[in-house]
Amino acid sequence: MTINAYLRPDGRKGIRNTVIVAYLVECAHHVSREIVYPYREQGVHLIGFPGCFPNPYSYKMMEQLCTHPNVGAVLLVSLGCEGFNKGKLLETIRQSGRPGKLVIIQDTGGTRKSIDEGKAWVEQTLKQLESTPRAPMSVDELIVGTICGGSDATSGLTANPAMGRAFDFLVEQNATCIFEETGELIGMEHWMAKRADNPALGEEIVKTVAKAAKYYATYGHASIGPGNADGGLTTIEEKSLGAYAKSGQSVISGIIKPGDVPLRGGLYLLDVVPDGEPRFGFPNISDNAEIAELMACGSHLSLFSTGRGSVVGSAIAPVIKVCANPTTYKRMSDDMDVDAGRILEGRATLDEVGREIYDLILRVANGEQTKSEALGHQEFILTYKRFEPLGPACFPSAA
Amino acid sequence: MSQQTDDRVLLMAPDDNVAVAKFDMEAGTRLNVQDTAIVLNAQILIGHKFAFKPVKKGETIVKYGAPIGIATQDIAPGEYMHIHNVASDYIPTYTLDEGHEFFTGAH
Repeated sequence: MTINAYLRPDGRKGIRNTVIVAYLVECAHHVSREIVYPYREQGVHLIGFPGCFPNPYSYKMMEQLCTHPNVGAVLLVSLGCEGFNKGKLLETIRQSGRPGKLVIIQDTGGTRKSIDEGKAWVEQTLKQLESTPRAPMSVDELIVGTICGGSDATSGLTANPAMGRAFDFLVEQNATCIFEETGELIGMEHWMAKRADNPALGEEIVKTVAKAAKYYATYGHASIGPGNADGGLTTIEEKSLGAYAKSGQSVISGIIKPGDVPLRGGLYLLDVVPDGEPRFGFPNISDNAEIAELMACGSHLSLFSTGRGSVVGSAIAPVIKVCANPTTYKRMSDDMDVDAGRILEGRATLDEVGREIYDLILRVANGEQTKSEALGHQEFILTYKRFEPLGPACFPSAA
Repeated sequence: MSQQTDDRVLLMAPDDNVAVAKFDMEAGTRLNVQDTAIVLNAQILIGHKFAFKPVKKGETIVKYGAPIGIATQDIAPGEYMHIHNVASDYIPTYTLDEGHEFFTGAH
C-alpha cells in the first residue's frame, strides 16, 4: 500500500499538511492561541515553549518540530524580549523551504495588531498550502512512535503487546519505529540489552536505564501514579514489563535522544531522561511531553495505549488510541480507535489486533482522521531539559 | 501448560507465582490454578493479581517470568496481591493518601 504524502521542499514527506503557530515564551501564548482559534479545524495547530531563558534542548526540539514533515508552514510569535533565538529558528524554517513568518508583539504594537497580522498570514498561507505537491510514500519511509498513558494492569496484557506486533510488522517492512520512556523500562534493561544490534549497544541500553532509575530515585517518585495502582499495577517493575511489550520482538537498532531522526529503518529506543545531575524536575511531566519528543525524532504519527482511558491527541502528528481495558472501552469508545480488550475477552488474538493496528496506521497515514484528531485534540507541552550528544555505540552497527 | 487452570485466570509465564484476573471476580470465588483449588479472599478486578501458592515474606514476585518486586508479608493462596503486600525493588509506589481506596476487599 502506498501513502499519498505531502512533499516538502527539503524532500521530506508528511502525512498531514499543518500550519504551526508557535509561541516562543509564555507571554506570547495568548496572542498565538487567538490567531489559531478561528482556524483550529483547518489544520492550524498551536505549539510553543513557555520559558524565558534559552535552553539548547528546547531550541533543538522547536527546530525539529517546525521543520517536521507534517508541517507545511510556521508562524513564530515572540513577545520580543525573551531569550529564545527566534532569528535563527526563522532562518532554519525558511532554509527548509517552508513559508515562515515572525510576529514580534512589542514591535507590531501589542495584542490586537499582532493577532490581526498573524491571522492575515495564516489565512493567506492556508490558501498557499492547498497547492502543496503530493508524492507517493512507501511504508519504509514512515516513522511511528509508541507511548502508553493512563496505564493499568491490562495495558501490558493487550494493547502494549498488540502495538508491539504492529511494530514488528512495520520493522519487517523496514519502517522506523521508536519506543521510549526509559523510566518505564526499569527492571527490563538486561532483557532489552540481549535484543541489541550489537554488544556495545546493549551496554548503552543498560546505562540508559540505570540513568533513568537514578533520576527518578532522586525525585523519590517512579513513573507510576495513583491511577496506575488503582488499575492493578503494583510496582514500577510490573509497569515496565507491560510498557516494554510495546517494543515488540525486533532487534533494537540504536538509541536516539530527543530531536535525533534515525537515518534508516529499524527499531530505536528514545532516551528521554536528561543527562548529567538531575535538574529541571521530572524527566517527562506528562504524556504529551513524550509525544513531542517522538515527533521531534520524525514520528509521523504515534500509537498510544491506555487502560484507564486517556483522551489526549497531539498537535502536528495524529495519535492512534489503543484501549487495553474492555471495561474502559465500553465507557469511552468515542475516544478510542482500537479495542484491544477483546484479547482478554477471548474475542480476538494478539496477532489480529496487531494487524488491525498496522492497517489503521496506513489508513491514518493516508488521511483518515483518528478519534482524537476528529475531536480536536491538539495537546502540546515542552519544558526544560539537558542532553549530551549520543556516543558512537548508540548508532546502528557500531560494533 | 499441562496443569489445569481456570479460563478466568491468566498465567503469563511458567515460573510465575502470581496469577492475573481476566474478568472482575468477587471475593469467595473458587478457582483452579495449576490444579490447585483456591478461594479469592477479596474482590479481584480485571488485570489485578492474586497468589495461587504460598509466598513467604521477602520472596521475589515473578510475573511474565520476571521479578516485579518482593513480598512484604507472607501471602496465602487466593490472597489479593497489590501494594499492601508487594513492594518495588527500585522505587516505592506512590498513592494519593492513607484514605485512598486503591483496592477493595480485605486488608
